[in-house]
Amino acid sequence: MTDAINCGLAILILALAAWTIVARDTFSAVVGFVAYGLLLALVWVQLHGVDVALTEAALGSGLTGALLLYAAARLRATEREARAERPGLPTRVAAALVAACVTVALGIAVLALPDPAPTLAPQTAASIATTGVGNPLTAVLVAFRAMDTLLEAIVVLFALIGVWSLAPDRFWGGRPGTLHHSDPDGVLAYFARVLPPIGVVVGVYIFWVGADFPGGKFQGATLLAAMWLLAVIAGLADTPPIGRTWLRAALVAGPVVFLAVGAAGVAFAGAFLGYPDGYAKPLIKVIEWALFPSLALTLALIVAGAPQRSAP
Amino acid sequence: MTTPGGLLLALAVIVPFVGVLAGFTLGGRNAQRVAMVTIVAGLGIAIAVAAAMQRTGGGLVYLLGGWAPPLGIALRADGPALVMMLAVAVVIVGIGVYACADFGTPAGVREARAPLVFWTLLLAIWGALNLVLVSGDLFTLYVALELLTFAAVPLVSLDGKAETLQSALRYLLYALLGSVFYLLGAVLLYGAYGTLDIALLAARIRPGPATLAAAALMTGGLLAKTALVPLHLWLPPAHAGAPAAASAVLSGLVIKGSWFLVVRLWFDVLPGVLTGPSAQLLGALGAAAILLGNVVALRQARLKLLVAYSTVAQIGYLFLMFPLAFGGAALARESALAGGMLQAISHATAKAAMFMAAGLIYKALGHDRIAGLAGVGRALPLCVLTFVLAGVALMGLPPSGAYVAKKLLLGAAAETGQWWWDAVMQAGGLLTASYVVLVLAHALVPGAAAVKPRALVSRLAEAAALALALCSLALGLAAGSAGVPDVLSGALSPAALGGALVLIVGGALVASALADRLPPLPAGGFAAFGRPVRRTTLVVAAALARTDGVLRLWPVAGLSLVALVVAFGAALMARG
Repeated sequence: MTDAINCGLAILILALAAWTIVARDTFSAVVGFVAYGLLLALVWVQLHGVDVALTEAALGSGLTGALLLYAAARLRATEREARAERPGLPTRVAAALVAACVTVALGIAVLALPDPAPTLAPQTAASIATTGVGNPLTAVLVAFRAMDTLLEAIVVLFALIGVWSLAPDRFWGGRPGTLHHSDPDGVLAYFARVLPPIGVVVGVYIFWVGADFPGGKFQGATLLAAMWLLAVIAGLADTPPIGRTWLRAALVAGPVVFLAVGAAGVAFAGAFLGYPDGYAKPLIKVIEWALFPSLALTLALIVAGAPQRSAP
Repeated sequence: MTTPGGLLLALAVIVPFVGVLAGFTLGGRNAQRVAMVTIVAGLGIAIAVAAAMQRTGGGLVYLLGGWAPPLGIALRADGPALVMMLAVAVVIVGIGVYACADFGTPAGVREARAPLVFWTLLLAIWGALNLVLVSGDLFTLYVALELLTFAAVPLVSLDGKAETLQSALRYLLYALLGSVFYLLGAVLLYGAYGTLDIALLAARIRPGPATLAAAALMTGGLLAKTALVPLHLWLPPAHAGAPAAASAVLSGLVIKGSWFLVVRLWFDVLPGVLTGPSAQLLGALGAAAILLGNVVALRQARLKLLVAYSTVAQIGYLFLMFPLAFGGAALARESALAGGMLQAISHATAKAAMFMAAGLIYKALGHDRIAGLAGVGRALPLCVLTFVLAGVALMGLPPSGAYVAKKLLLGAAAETGQWWWDAVMQAGGLLTASYVVLVLAHALVPGAAAVKPRALVSRLAEAAALALALCSLALGLAAGSAGVPDVLSGALSPAALGGALVLIVGGALVASALADRLPPLPAGGFAAFGRPVRRTTLVVAAALARTDGVLRLWPVAGLSLVALVVAFGAALMARG
C-alpha cells in the first residue's frame, strides 16, 4: 500500500516538475511549482523528515510561491515579449543533451552512495543530552551547528536590505508596497479577519513544540508572516515606515540576542556559541524566542517589497 | 583542538556583522560612523591573527561552541587564508576612505538610501569574505557564499538606473545558479562520507562516482560565481555599472571569495581525486579568459568597461596556478600556490585602485569615454598616475607583487616542463600592457581646450586610490622580505629592464594593431606602413569581440555552465 502511494507520489512529482518547465505561461508554471513543493513536503513526511516537510511547505512552497505569484502578476505585461525570445532548436537540443548527461551522472552517483549511509545520527543522539532539548534537529541547528543558524538569521537581513535598496530615493524611509483597499464586507476582508487568529495560534504552536518535536522558528515565523500579509492585502493593516528605529531594532533583535548569548559563551563555556553546563536548554529557548518575532517580521517585509510610498 | 588565539578567527567574522546590525539599527549618518569604527577594529583583528600565527608558528583553529567536527564546525586559518585576510583588510580600509566622498549622507536628510546600503553591505561583504577564508566546513562555506552574494548584488544597482538593475538581476540569477551547483556537490560529499569538515573529508576521500560528480558540480558552480570565461556574462555590466567604490569592492574582493574556495577545494579536499586533464582544462579556461578579456578590453569605448574586461582577463591569470600545481613535482605545487595567492592580492589592490581612479575621472569629466580623455593628464595628474601605476602592477613589472607572482609561476612551469603556460603568461603581460598604454596615450594627448573638471575631486579619495596602487607595486618588496627567496634578484639588471621596455613597446604595438580608436598621435610614415597589417588584425579583434557577445547571451551562458560541469566530470574520469 505504502509502495503504491510512494510510486504515485514520485510519478506526480515528476509530472509536475515537467509541467513547471514546459508551461509557457508564467502563472501556470508558478501554480505547478507550488503544487510540486507541497507534494515534496509529503515525500519528506514519508521519509520521516517532518521538520523538513514543514520547512518545504512553509518556505519552499508557501512563501516562495507567494513571491513568485506576485512576480508573475507584475510580469504579465511583458509576457508576450519574453515568450518571443525562445532560443533556437540547436540551443535547445544542446541544452537537453548536456542536461541529460548531468542527470545520468547524478543518477549513477546517487546509486553508488554507500549503503547504509554514513551518518552522524548516533553521535547526535549521544551528545543531545548535554543540550537538554528533545528534537535532534534543534540540537543540530542551535547547538552543534549554531554558527550556520546565526548566519542564516543574518543573511535574511541582508536580503531585506537588498530589497529595500531597490526603493526610489524619494520614498526611502516610507512604507513598503502599495496601499491596499478592499471591500470591508468582501470575502478577502472576511478571510483576513477569520484566518489570522487561527494561523497565529498554529504558527506559535509550531514554534513552541520545536524544541522537543518537529517544528521550529523558521516554519512558525513563515506562518505568522503570511497571516500579517493577509491582513495587509485586505487593507486591515498597513506596513510600517522602514525608517523607524523601533522597526530596525525589532528586525535585529533576534540576531543580536543570538550573538550576545554566543559571546557570553566565551566567558562562561569556554567557546563562542557554547553553552555552560546545565544552562543549555534555557539559553536555547531564549535564542529561539528572540529569533521567532524577528524572523517573522523580516520574512514579511521581504515579501512586502521596497518602500513605494512616503511616510505621513 | 582550539589553538591559542583561535577566538580571533570567530571575531574576524562576527565583528563586521555586528557592525552591519549596529549601522542598520542606528541608521543615517551613524551607519558611516559605525563602519569607520568597525573598519579600524577589523584591521586590528587581521593584524592580531597574523601576530598569533607568527607566535604559534602554524595555523589557528577554533571549535565553535566547543563542538569538534564532524558534529561541530571548526574555523581554521592557514598561510593562504592569512595573506588573503590581510589583503582584504587593507583594500577595505582604502575603499572606506575613498567612499567617504561619495557616500556621505547629505545635509538636511536624516537618512539616505545609497549611503545606508553601501556602508552596511561593505561590512557585510567583509564578514562574508573572512568566513570564506577561515571556515573549515563545506556547508558553512555555502552559507558564506550566500552572504557574499546577497551583500554584493545590491551594490551593483546602487544608482537605481534601469540598466544597472538589469545587471544586478543578471548577476543574482547566475550567481545563485552557481550556488545551487555547489550545494548539490556538498550534499553528495556528505552522502558519501558522512562529514562536511574539510580536514576529515581530505583523509577519507576516494575517487568514485559521487566524489567525481561532486567535484565537477562544485568546481563548475564556483567558476560561475567567479566569472571565469565562458561564464562571465554577468561581470562586465555589473562591475562597470556600479558606483566606483562598489566596483572596487566587487572587482577587487568579491570574486576572490569564490576563487579562494576553488583553491580550498582543489588543494585541501580533492588532491586525492584530481587528474592531469582536469587541471589542464582549468588552465585552458584561464588562458581563454586572458586572451578574450584583454582583447575585448582594448576595444571598449568606456574606461570603466575597459577596467571590467581587464578583470575578466585577470581572473584567467588566477587559474593558471592549477595546471602548474598539479603538474607533478611537489615543489612546484608550493611555488604555484604562493604565486597564485600573490597574484590574487596584487590584483585585489591594483584593480581596486584602478576602478577608484576611473571613478574619479568619471566624476570630474562627467563621462568616461576613452576617446574623450584628451587633456586629463594635465587636469587630473594624480588619477592618471594611479591608473598607470595600477596598470604597471597588473603587467607584472618589478617590483610589483605580480612580478614576483609571475616569477614563481614561471619557475613552476619550468619545473614541471609545461612551457605552454609560460607562453600564455608572457602573452598576457603584453596584452595587459597594451590597454594601459592605450589609456595613457589618450590621457596624455593635450586637449583642444584645457579640461575643466565639472566636479571637484576629493584629495582624500585620490590619496586612497594612489595608496592602494602603491601597495600593489610594493608587494614584491614585502614578499621579498617575508622569505620568498631570490624574487627580486636581478630585477634591476639590464636584461630585466630591457624586458620591461620590450613589454611596453610591444604593448603599444599590440594596442595599435587591435584597438578600435587610436589617439591622434603623429605616426607619419609608420601609419602608412602599418595600415594593411592593422586591417587584418582588426578583423581578428572584431571576431573575438563577437565571440564575447555570443558567450554573454543567456542561453549560451547557461549551456556553457552545464557543459563545463560535464567536461570537468569527463576530465576527472580520465586518469592515466
